[in-house]
Amino acid sequence: MPKTNLSIPVKHIARLAHIPITEEEEKALEVAFVETLLVVDQLKSVDVTDVAPTSQVTGLENVWRDDVAKVIDTFTQLEALANAKRQYQGFFVVPQVIDQD
Amino acid sequence: MLNASIKAFLLYHKLSIKINMLNTFTLTEALSQLKLKKISLDELYTDIRTSVKKNEEYNIYLTMNEQMEQDANKLLQEKLMGVPIAVKDNFLTKGLRTTASSTLLEQFVPQFDATVIKNLKKAGGVILGKTNMDAWAHGSSTETSQFGRTLNPRNTDYLPGGSSGGSAAAVAADMCIAAIGSETAGSIRQPAAWCGTVGLKPTYGRVSRYGVVAMASSTDSPGPITKTVEDAALLLNCIAGHDVHDSTSSSQTSPDFTQAINKSVKGMKIGIAYMELTGFEEAKKLFETQVKVFEELGAEVEFVKAMDPQYAISTYTVIQRAEVSSNLGRYDGIRYGNDRSFFGAEAKRRIMLGTFTLSKGYSEQYYLEAQKVRSLFIQDFNRLFTQYDVLISLTSPGFAKKIGASEGSGMFGELEDKLIEASSIAGLPGINVPCYHDPNTNLYLGMNIIAPMWHEEKIITVADAFEKSTKWNSWRQV
Repeated sequence: MPKTNLSIPVKHIARLAHIPITEEEEKALEVAFVETLLVVDQLKSVDVTDVAPTSQVTGLENVWRDDVAKVIDTFTQLEALANAKRQYQGFFVVPQVIDQD
Repeated sequence: MLNASIKAFLLYHKLSIKINMLNTFTLTEALSQLKLKKISLDELYTDIRTSVKKNEEYNIYLTMNEQMEQDANKLLQEKLMGVPIAVKDNFLTKGLRTTASSTLLEQFVPQFDATVIKNLKKAGGVILGKTNMDAWAHGSSTETSQFGRTLNPRNTDYLPGGSSGGSAAAVAADMCIAAIGSETAGSIRQPAAWCGTVGLKPTYGRVSRYGVVAMASSTDSPGPITKTVEDAALLLNCIAGHDVHDSTSSSQTSPDFTQAINKSVKGMKIGIAYMELTGFEEAKKLFETQVKVFEELGAEVEFVKAMDPQYAISTYTVIQRAEVSSNLGRYDGIRYGNDRSFFGAEAKRRIMLGTFTLSKGYSEQYYLEAQKVRSLFIQDFNRLFTQYDVLISLTSPGFAKKIGASEGSGMFGELEDKLIEASSIAGLPGINVPCYHDPNTNLYLGMNIIAPMWHEEKIITVADAFEKSTKWNSWRQV
């Protein structure tokens, strides 16, 4: 692994990102993150004093749509459920997230 | 019919005499032949089917539209006259499986069309099939596809590039008449360069992102991958325009891009960028000899110093990983697709790194910093475009890389795309045209031409002039 002071909490990030990882993957990911962050760290040598950030290049601001429902943009129940792996009487089945253990 | 019987005769006797198979037609040729009734859609589709079957080993199509012939025959009166178009597998196609080359979406059948697909169909195009790509468009090789890599049809020991590698390969192998790809930073132009085709990345916001499996929302741009520059202009006409479903799409009206074809470049000011960089001397030398073509055509050509693209790699990496982590949050396995354990190694790396750089205490250090450096790149391009009409560089720092080259490198794509990334994060339009062919390997070098935002017509004019003054386009050779 390249030398760096960075310590990356891989397990914690995996939990935040809802990505299941194995112990083996955890080590490989840490190596990959350090490799990438070393490249990224070159940004620190750029002088950005008084430079405003750009999040969107076209300069558009606050684009609104009419506050009306359009049938053409709406799924039927059948369409909405068409790709759901688990369903029950026309509903999505979702995993339990409260009181899990 | 005569054509068909000659072909049957040749096939029967296993003769490989080169005859003009209709799948080798450019879009422009196919349309004019159909208009003149010199060929029929049936003949065209027969030859397409034959080439798709013959070249299965390239692993280009993940899903075929089995009713393409029926779809086509209803469209002869429309602009695109029912010609078959290959589409990258990250465009949602109603009723046709869309996987983004990930097993997470292996059984996903969209219930609506992406706006690009809707526009293509409205213009009379037929979706021929869905092409392989890097999974979630994460890569520049197709090697991150969870359905296997695509081979470069020009030389199967080599990669087609990516992420739109399947679409570029489909064009190069004449397994379609034209194709659609998408680019976040290089994903149209780099595979086009490696496969010896044309690839046009429009200005960000010119073409709707609605219904495209999202990667980095602030740079994603769908665009054509074609056999000629004129074909790219024609196809861009069909997909460009404002879309109420994509709030970042521009309400600017799009001109007829084919008007930029057959225009002179005389008096144009062309800046040649990135020649001071090292590490790809051979490609630079070959590229430099080609640049002289513009002088012969009457343009003013000068070497320019643009902001160091090394910083574009860092900037793009941060922005892209961050936006990926947000966009791929929707894949929870509940409404569609399999659960998140199905993400491949590359997707996991990107989602998690993005999650990290956006997390508390780090987002200013990484994401905000990158957004500021992005502003510097935009300022630098603005400065250059006060002096030059277009900027030109190599698309990729070399020829296609060998199979397996991307494996084990988390930064493969970023490094292969380093000459394009700055223009992508600035939202500029760019086009790849083949600018050299190596007769020993049968591989191509690509030239990248960029212009200010909303000026696709400039890159089309310059690319078209170059294509028609040189011998590098394999469809223009007699």
